[in-house]
Amino acid sequence: MTLATAHASVLPDRVTTATLRSFLRSVPSVDEVGAAERVAALSTRSIKRESKRAALDLMIRMMDLTTLEGKDTPGRIAQLAAKAIRPDPTQPSIPSVAAVCVYPNMVPYAVGATEGSGVRVASVATYFPSGLADIRLKLEEAKMVVAAGADEVDMVIDRGAFLAGDYFRVFDEVRRVKEACGDAHLKVILETGELATLDNVRRASLLAMAAGADFIKTSTGKVTPAATLPVTLVMLEAIRDFFDATGVMVGMKPAGGIRTSKEAMRYLVVLNETLGEPWMTPDRFRFGASSLLNDVLMQIRWLETGRYASPDYFTKD
Amino acid sequence: MSRSLPTTSHRPLLWEYARSTESTEIVDIEESYGLFIDGEFRKPKSGRTFPTINPATEERLSTVAEAGEADIDDAVAAARAAFDGVWGSMSGAERAKHLFRLARMVQERSRELAVLETLDGGKPIKESRDVDIPLVAAHFFYHAGWADKLDYLFPGMRPRALGVAGQVIPWNFPLLMLAWKVAPAMAAGNTVVLKPAETTPLTALAFASIAVEAGLPPGVLNVVTGAGATGAAVVGHPDVDKVAFTGSTAVGKVIQDRLAGSGKRLTLELGGKAAHVIFEDAPIDQAIEGVINGIFFNQGHVCCAGSRLLVEESIHDRFVDKLKRRLSTLRVGDPMDKNTDVGAINSREQLEKITELVDSGVSEGAEMFQPDCALPERGFFFRPTLFTGVSQSHRIAQEEIFGPVLAILTFRTPEEAVEKANNTPYGLSAGVWTTKGSRILWMADRMKAGVVWANTYNKFDPTSPFGGYKESGFGREGGRHGLLGYLDWSEG
Repeated sequence: MTLATAHASVLPDRVTTATLRSFLRSVPSVDEVGAAERVAALSTRSIKRESKRAALDLMIRMMDLTTLEGKDTPGRIAQLAAKAIRPDPTQPSIPSVAAVCVYPNMVPYAVGATEGSGVRVASVATYFPSGLADIRLKLEEAKMVVAAGADEVDMVIDRGAFLAGDYFRVFDEVRRVKEACGDAHLKVILETGELATLDNVRRASLLAMAAGADFIKTSTGKVTPAATLPVTLVMLEAIRDFFDATGVMVGMKPAGGIRTSKEAMRYLVVLNETLGEPWMTPDRFRFGASSLLNDVLMQIRWLETGRYASPDYFTKD
Repeated sequence: MSRSLPTTSHRPLLWEYARSTESTEIVDIEESYGLFIDGEFRKPKSGRTFPTINPATEERLSTVAEAGEADIDDAVAAARAAFDGVWGSMSGAERAKHLFRLARMVQERSRELAVLETLDGGKPIKESRDVDIPLVAAHFFYHAGWADKLDYLFPGMRPRALGVAGQVIPWNFPLLMLAWKVAPAMAAGNTVVLKPAETTPLTALAFASIAVEAGLPPGVLNVVTGAGATGAAVVGHPDVDKVAFTGSTAVGKVIQDRLAGSGKRLTLELGGKAAHVIFEDAPIDQAIEGVINGIFFNQGHVCCAGSRLLVEESIHDRFVDKLKRRLSTLRVGDPMDKNTDVGAINSREQLEKITELVDSGVSEGAEMFQPDCALPERGFFFRPTLFTGVSQSHRIAQEEIFGPVLAILTFRTPEEAVEKANNTPYGLSAGVWTTKGSRILWMADRMKAGVVWANTYNKFDPTSPFGGYKESGFGREGGRHGLLGYLDWSEG
């Protein structure tokens, strides 16, 4: 296959498993101890007062409020959408979240419930969470959710293929799903908990970006560990390298396991000090989370009133 | 079909961290301090005092006594009496209790000590809080563990304390260098006369008050403040059995000269010009952090700082680009701000020395890069600086700058890296970054440096000996090797 996209500049002319393998082997390795030390050092940043308030607001605007449960119903989606549009009914100044993230069958309900609000609809697709299905089915599903009105598609890569060294299959699937998505934004879930090493995370990040990902995303939320700071750092560094090589700004979405604003603050610090201001926007960074939102609202209430309110004062949707 | 991105409402966030200043309320700095001799603070017989200032504001913090020769006589006599009377004959287990107590009290008062260290020395509060003070406690804990086990250090050899140790320490890690000196000396059964650096006496004096509170017998630890003349009087005193000095190579040479033939034991921990070697296959982003930590930690006031960067030529441009970008994210300024990465230069004198050497780099033809960061109007500050196009013959590649200044050179083969790394009068430390384990060992075998860090830098632990080759000094501090310097041995 020959590529003629902006992304091609990082890739060999002919993309095959062999050329992809040598491309990925040339990616600098990652020292796990060093990556852990770097995020530990950044985690000591002390974010206070107005910078904290601005960050809490941004966390909400960056949030993909998520429900991915077998027991999701149209009613549940409607509640989630209401929360997404107006997170705190007592404080209209608090912004809406970026998007709601749901299963494919729930997309029509989510689209209906968010109509006209500016809140976008993201759908997982490509046989989430395992991704172990035929590519034709995956493409069909991606097309279906976009047709149903999803603005963003969160696909999963085939981790088995990646770990087996079948990089072409991973690359080709991302590329074809991207095509199938049309104008919808494509987030590529690496499921870093299954890739296991930071070297793999970095390689999979570059592979996904070269294949056309608009965002790269850590996790499905169905595997432990989900998002971690070292994994996020390594993915952000891969985004930086990719930008240096191509001029294309790919977004980042840590997802799963981020439950408190204190943790989310550390992600924002890592983002701020790795990619900086151009990425400090919902267009380029998202939190995939469900319980984080209420913790952020509690923190905002605390900053504004000087008191912690009971969880009973925040709606659970 | 799909709705367009509402980008207008999604402006990027200009995220300036609000100031997050550590409170100074926890410390109580006295108007003036005497000398700590025989368990009490005394006015100096010399009648002289000198101010100690905060290098970040240039404001006076306190006035400190300057010990003259008569004061040193008193301090050494107190140390001798304590050695003969109580400490030298005390069981190791009892000495261990004293050291454990000191370690615990350092931990209990760690916030206060961290604030004091930063106020007096200019290093960022995050470093004194997260590195210096925890390591101080760790050194006392570690050596407390050895105090009753000296017989097992080197089985078959019987250890014996030397007597009175005269110790002179530098200003870059004031309390940590005290710990490196005092803990092994006392664990081994010696008593101590310690002279802290002229610009950073306050944490040593605070430690003296901790010793009083901890019930350390009078005379075991004496702290005599002053400048070079005071230090010379300590190391030259005839009743001192052991001299330990950390500081500049020039002063170290003078001390070695003066001590020749005196029978005194000597250890010297002097300057350095460490090579930090980056191979093409290194984990690049972590190597960048290692290089930053290697040279900008403590404003580069580190004897083992990785001040000469040797980068494999094939990745030089890319590596330097990344390094420059990273330099631009360093937060330089008020050391008391918890988010400050690079604090104040320790003294005006040091700032002038750094400036002079950086000027020489420019005039000798190396290319300088500094990030465009604002510096505070008052106080002693210097921008993080790197030089590319540096030759081995440039002064900035040869002389120890002891500031936030990195000289970058290139190499083509491992042999050339070793040759350049060793081509210096110093030999304190070195770093090597590569994913190839066999190459790490190959390099470590060949680099003439007391410490070689692989895929990391500036790692310190009380169990690990530290010390140099060549003009970086001799003797080791830390670990079993460190105790050797404070003991005599006989067979059986």
